[in-house]
Amino acid sequence: MRSKILLVAIILGAIGLGYFDYQKQIFPFRLGLDLLGGTHLVYQGDLSQIGDQSATDAMEGVRDVIERRVNLFGVSEPVVQVEGKDRVIVELAGISDVNQAISLIGQTPFLEFREIGSGIASQSFVPTGLTGKHLKSSQIEFDQTTGRVAVALNLNDEGAKLFGEITKRNIGKPIAIYLDGEIISAPIVETEITGGKAQISGGGITPATAKDLANRLNAGALPVPIKLISQQTIGASLGKESLDKSLKAGLYALLAVALFMILFYRLPGFASVIALSIYVIIVLAIYKLIPVTLTLAGIAGFILSLGIAVDANVLIFARLREELKAGRTLQQAVDEGFRRAWMSIRDSHVTTLLGALVLYIFTTSIVKGFALTLGIGVLMSLFSSIIVTRAFLNLAVKPIFERFKWLF
Amino acid sequence: MKTIYKIFFAFSILLTIVALAVTVVIWRKSKGEILSADFRGGVLLEVSFADGRPNSIIREREMSETRKQEIIKDLSTQFNSVATQVRFDDVGPTVGQELKSKSVTAMIVLLITIVVYLAIVFRSMKRVLSPWALGIAAVLALLHDLIIPMGVMSLVAYYYGVEITAVFVAAALTILGYSVSDTVVVFDRVRENVIRIGSKESFPSIVHTSIMQTLTRSINTSITTLIALVAIFFFGGESIKYFALALIIGIISGTYSSIFIASPIIMFWHGRKLTK
Repeated sequence: MRSKILLVAIILGAIGLGYFDYQKQIFPFRLGLDLLGGTHLVYQGDLSQIGDQSATDAMEGVRDVIERRVNLFGVSEPVVQVEGKDRVIVELAGISDVNQAISLIGQTPFLEFREIGSGIASQSFVPTGLTGKHLKSSQIEFDQTTGRVAVALNLNDEGAKLFGEITKRNIGKPIAIYLDGEIISAPIVETEITGGKAQISGGGITPATAKDLANRLNAGALPVPIKLISQQTIGASLGKESLDKSLKAGLYALLAVALFMILFYRLPGFASVIALSIYVIIVLAIYKLIPVTLTLAGIAGFILSLGIAVDANVLIFARLREELKAGRTLQQAVDEGFRRAWMSIRDSHVTTLLGALVLYIFTTSIVKGFALTLGIGVLMSLFSSIIVTRAFLNLAVKPIFERFKWLF
Repeated sequence: MKTIYKIFFAFSILLTIVALAVTVVIWRKSKGEILSADFRGGVLLEVSFADGRPNSIIREREMSETRKQEIIKDLSTQFNSVATQVRFDDVGPTVGQELKSKSVTAMIVLLITIVVYLAIVFRSMKRVLSPWALGIAAVLALLHDLIIPMGVMSLVAYYYGVEITAVFVAAALTILGYSVSDTVVVFDRVRENVIRIGSKESFPSIVHTSIMQTLTRSINTSITTLIALVAIFFFGGESIKYFALALIIGIISGTYSSIFIASPIIMFWHGRKLTK
């Protein structure tokens, strides 16, 4: 009775998950760049100048800023993550202009207000201490009197105070606004400005550059300088081709293995094919839920875990046959088959799982994806061979089948 | 011990040495260039052509954007067909170096883990055989299974212009897992038989019996995996074709080595202990 409930639960669960796998809208499969086409960028942060600040905070800051800049670019589901101590990985799927993306990510808009110095420095602008870090937000606006486009800056409290002091002592003199070390405009201060609002306008500012500048200022400045150290771009067509071919290969592989199992192991083989189908359904559902990014190497890991799942079944059936040959009844043979095969299944699964774990911890990117799918696959394979195959095989352990031992 | 094990064991050692020599020779001949930019750092540009001719792959140490555009333009005029970039990899030397050192670390940690795990699992056999012997035998079989595909893949890489990319690290590690599983299944049977008939038969003959008992399973498992891999080799994309090839060689080798390398080693080991 208990085994029947289990069987019904497995079947219902499999149907539910199968439906879930089939749905493209909810939890879609996440495909890697090698299948989708896109760019994989690795940036290295220069942490030599951070002083007391923790490296982790600095890199999280870099990630946040890059994330905001990438979002401006309008790529669907960009991946921006910190890796190791000083790396940030950026993955942009299906973009056409990689160079624009790279320049957008790498630019550090450094905004600075300068005033005319005193003494020997009176011929040049000197920093005032008011910089982009005092910026709260910025937006594009049109000057009401001249009609020219400008970038409006809203300063935070500290910035507003500083700006007030700077404007107060510079009435009648110019204050220069520098961006990335270049002067953008140098308006003459007319009165003290205390509201914390400033404006950048000038010859170089067009509606397009103003919008770009406002966006970049809003995205904020990078806390530390970054350098692009690796760039990999895969064309979308190449990715599509790989995906189609891999899926086709996977399907043929499944059919061929199923055929082999049924021909060689007959009834248990058939039970294992059902168990393996359920296994595939479960694994795919896990890929969607976590979600696991599927790359070519990841798919290879999946196919290999499938091989391991088949192996577990083969081990059990080989034992089952031995026991039947030794003259045991069906029930005894099935029980013994599972019991004796368990040690081998456990040891081979544990070694593979250890392998996947070591890989996951010690490697990066491609190999890591492989380790993840392999690890998930091996865990599920244990479940599928021990619970699912057994539940289905128990159906056949009926006195009536004693007469049809050749089926086993 | 049956002569057949001695013969095949000697043959395997010879084959391993040949494969190792081939790898070294090709490595020197190609100056390490069979490795992809993933490992070495450098630039790879792949372009496809509008008229459907095979893609061109250009590798350089460095490539500026202007240079890249020039190459694409030159190829278009040269072949009189519009060339488009389909892949562009630019890997810094540190990243490549890191991949190499990380892969090697992963391998070493994995090998140690396997030896320790097997020593723990087979501790009940200590009366007959040192538990470490099993781990070491499994690892030696494993080295054989890694070196043989390495030799073949070096040849393929050198003569067919296939690159050894980071994916091959995954291949090597998969072979590793398979090879160990295969050996473990045989050893598991040895353990069981030692307990059952250990007093009646000599150790080498128990090992032989265990091999024969697990033979069908070993072959069937290899066949099912090979079916899957052959499907990938023929129908999968260009990028995983050679990955599948490396695995095919490794898995055949893994099944073979559990019988003709790992098992003879524990037979020798046991024999050595008796004569002491």
